[in-house]
Amino acid sequence: MRRRAHTQSLLASDSGVTIELVIGAIKAVVIVLLVLGLTTLMLWFERKGSALIQDRIGANRADIFGLGKRLGMPNFGVINTVLADPIKMFTKEDFVPDGADRFLHGLAPFLALFPVIITFAVAPMGDILKIGKYQIDLQPANLDVAALYVLATIGIGVYGIALGGWASNNRWALLGGIRASAQMISYEIAMGLAIIAVVVTYGTLDLQQMCRAQGGVWFGFLPRWGILLQPVSFLLLLISGMAESKRVPFDLPEGESELVAGYFTEYSGGKQAVFMMTDFAEVLLVAVLITVFFFGGWQVPWLYRDGFHFPGGAAWPLPNLVVAILQFAAFWIKVIILSCLQILIRWTLPRLRYDQLMRLGWKGLVPLGLLNLVATAFVVVAAGGK
Amino acid sequence: MNYGLTTWFPIAVTIGLVGLIVLTMVTINRLIGPRPPHTSVKGEAFECGNPPSGSAWGRFSVRFYLTALLFLVFDVEVVFLYPWAAELRSLGMFGFVEALVYIAILFVGLAYAWRRGVLDWS
Repeated sequence: MRRRAHTQSLLASDSGVTIELVIGAIKAVVIVLLVLGLTTLMLWFERKGSALIQDRIGANRADIFGLGKRLGMPNFGVINTVLADPIKMFTKEDFVPDGADRFLHGLAPFLALFPVIITFAVAPMGDILKIGKYQIDLQPANLDVAALYVLATIGIGVYGIALGGWASNNRWALLGGIRASAQMISYEIAMGLAIIAVVVTYGTLDLQQMCRAQGGVWFGFLPRWGILLQPVSFLLLLISGMAESKRVPFDLPEGESELVAGYFTEYSGGKQAVFMMTDFAEVLLVAVLITVFFFGGWQVPWLYRDGFHFPGGAAWPLPNLVVAILQFAAFWIKVIILSCLQILIRWTLPRLRYDQLMRLGWKGLVPLGLLNLVATAFVVVAAGGK
Repeated sequence: MNYGLTTWFPIAVTIGLVGLIVLTMVTINRLIGPRPPHTSVKGEAFECGNPPSGSAWGRFSVRFYLTALLFLVFDVEVVFLYPWAAELRSLGMFGFVEALVYIAILFVGLAYAWRRGVLDWS
């Protein structure tokens, strides 16, 4: 309600609407570009990180005209990931098998990427940024039903994968596609239950309000982050999120020892690149959701709207701009750390078997999620609903 | 007021951007990718080198359909619980008990599927 009144005051004139729309568009462009950039960063982390974990050297050859070598710079495989890999991908033939449904085969990569990227549109990247007379909420789209929106967009993510597998008219691809569908819908329920428990805890569907509720401290020093209230929910979301992103240990839809490459067996070139991007964007998305629900979103410990208030009683007042930058940086640093955690898990654990996967989902996570939800709701109601 | 427009506009922009990204990637590939001649062998579905045995669009295990049915039931449950979760504080103990009955009824469904072996894949 407060925000609606605030929005209306901004919309006092027509130019107010135009400026509001422009600000919204800028926020959307910023978050999409950031996600694209971070996707590349994750790709690099994955390549060099996996090499580090497996005691290999990893990508270290590609260079531009031997420039790096001549300048004596160590080669960290950045050019490999940022330049050489995409160029190699784009110079492949865009192949569609004869028996495939050409239209759906082309549509599937878009349907896979689009739900993942549009979910970022409700990610709160910071609190309020004041520029002149404008108060910019650093959440691209200020939905008051954002948690429901997240569940909806994650729900449609299965279409691109299932369609990609089906349209290829290839047995491996079809098997990968239906495996992916069954896996994603199974773990979506656990994910939904984990998010509901968080919604019950904060009593709101608004992600920005959830982040604000995680400000402040307990016992004078402990940040009020959601993980301390909902540890079970955090584990549920992490596991089901990793299953949704279809990476090891949940990579049965593309298990290369069984299914060649799963649902993208018949894809090459640019379309294959879109599927790969989807993978890494999903890793980032899970990290964003966990950050928002359990790690305070943009909250920096002891940082308030007017600056730092340290546990000892010391205070360090800061201008609004600095606070906003700190929050923005904190949000993305948390996201990167949680993405690295997922990459670490991906390169540590072996793959599950399909029956183990389904058992974990239906017999483990779903009952646990229901139990956690009921327990949370009971505590909230018994505490008198504040 | 224009509350709806200004709220949803960033999402529309994001959707447009995704379309643009995918279109750019596919178009770059079309422009700079090679176009070797198409042969009937190359156009076959890849089945590890064996000649493909007919179309893949046939029947597959009924378990996947059962999982999809179970999913429908429980996903609808989850969606119905969202408004309840957001308003639980004002509903109080009455709302909690009502949702408990609702969850319990659906849990019986899960227990039934469990007993019938729908969840066993081995």
